[in-house]
Amino acid sequence: MRIRCPYCGERDLSEYIYHGDMAARPDPAAPDAQRRFYEAVYLRDNPAGPHEELWYHANGCRGWLRVRRDTRTHEILDTAFAGS
Amino acid sequence: MLVRTYQYMLRLTSWSPVLRLMRYSFLTLGRAALRGHRDWQPAWRDAEPRPSYDIVVVGGGGHGLATAYYLAKKHGLRNVAVLEKGWIGSGNAGRNTTIIRSNYLLPGNEPFYEWSMKLWEGLEQELNYNAMVSQRGVLNVFHSDAQRDAFARRGNAMRLAGADAELIDTDAVRRILPFADFDNARFPIKGGLLQRRGGTARHDAVVWGYARGASDLGVDIVQNCEVTGFLREGDRVIAVETTRGTIHAGKVGLAVAGSSSRVAKLLGLRLPIESHLIQAFVSEAVKPLIPCVVTFGAGHFYISQSDKGGLVFGGDIDGYNSYAQRGNLPVVEDVCEGGMALMPIIGRVRILRNWAGLLDMSMDGSPIIDRTPLDGLYLNSGWCYGGFKATPASGWCFAHLLARDEHHEVASDYRLDRFETGHLIDEKGQGAQPNLH
Repeated sequence: MRIRCPYCGERDLSEYIYHGDMAARPDPAAPDAQRRFYEAVYLRDNPAGPHEELWYHANGCRGWLRVRRDTRTHEILDTAFAGS
Repeated sequence: MLVRTYQYMLRLTSWSPVLRLMRYSFLTLGRAALRGHRDWQPAWRDAEPRPSYDIVVVGGGGHGLATAYYLAKKHGLRNVAVLEKGWIGSGNAGRNTTIIRSNYLLPGNEPFYEWSMKLWEGLEQELNYNAMVSQRGVLNVFHSDAQRDAFARRGNAMRLAGADAELIDTDAVRRILPFADFDNARFPIKGGLLQRRGGTARHDAVVWGYARGASDLGVDIVQNCEVTGFLREGDRVIAVETTRGTIHAGKVGLAVAGSSSRVAKLLGLRLPIESHLIQAFVSEAVKPLIPCVVTFGAGHFYISQSDKGGLVFGGDIDGYNSYAQRGNLPVVEDVCEGGMALMPIIGRVRILRNWAGLLDMSMDGSPIIDRTPLDGLYLNSGWCYGGFKATPASGWCFAHLLARDEHHEVASDYRLDRFETGHLIDEKGQGAQPNLH
């Protein structure tokens, strides 16, 4: 598996660290924050198909990437910096 | 009258377990051999699905079949079906590395796995089937003082739960593994934690043995029957829709680890599970070399030798969500490096095959055997990379839950809601990072 980093180009899997599902951090001030944090921390859609996920380019530019990847084929569908 | 008698006899021969079952013994084996092996019967019925059952177990792997077997054997529930998408044992039951052990630390886990170990010890007599259970021992080597302390603590926890554990020194390890790299500059071997009752079992035979036992007690094993949906009546699941028609069920048990999220999604449920890959490897056959199961304490590598002579080994999971059943090269490299660090003697052995299986990685590394928010739906999932050794106890406890609607005492902590209530069973203390468990 090779992941295209927007800064470094296509690089080998071993340069990256996986940080899982792109779940957004809930608002801690929300009235049902406890429930929302439980869902964000522990529950997953875990789809068989396109999956939005976070990868850290540890042995490269050290950028955080948002990667869209097919979990059935490992095909990388799209990559971008996580903050963009 | 004659016709009726004939029909009765026909029914008796096609349904009665007593007449159908061929008990395996030295005598039947010898007789079959002398007759040119012409008389062997299929070990279980490849059943057609009926429109309705008391209990439908989804998933014809080891766990699903063991559940059905114990439902019939221990709870007298025989109107039971096991639905399997492919053929029985075609998923993770045939992809694991066949290790059985009960060397866990936490009170939520150890009594369960020790109960599984005890069931393994009597399994072949129970099923009248040769599952090749071999208690050749499981040895975890350690490499530092801190690791010795951790292993001593684990061994004590095991003994408190009735399991066996011995903390052995370098000389004792050397007698078992004279070829290991004891003086490795970075990871010298300082001793090991040995569970002599651990070992291996033949995974296919476990599936076949449970299938034969369950089928013999009247359970329908329905193959090539994929669940495509569920019928609900309010908050109650009343039937499963399959590629072979709709099947009504008093209760539905899911035992589809690896694909639990996909099946739960059909009901709109989100689970505390990610699907990951773990790879396994088998080498060409060599003469008897490795007498027990060995795990490397400094990296992640474990190895045993099959009765055919192949070295069976593996290591870390691939580390990212996947349903591909196909691993990637960095982990191949990592596993082989671990093997070379522990026992350089295997360096010239050629790998014959490697493959990957799907794992239900739960959020604390421990399984789930519980009810679900939907009435009539029960969940057996989250086995991470440790499902094979759990097969008998998983079936035992899931059958207990399905039959009696109460948790079995050794599986009472495996709750689905433990992530919400904070009662996690986190052996590794990694938190909600499934790829690190």
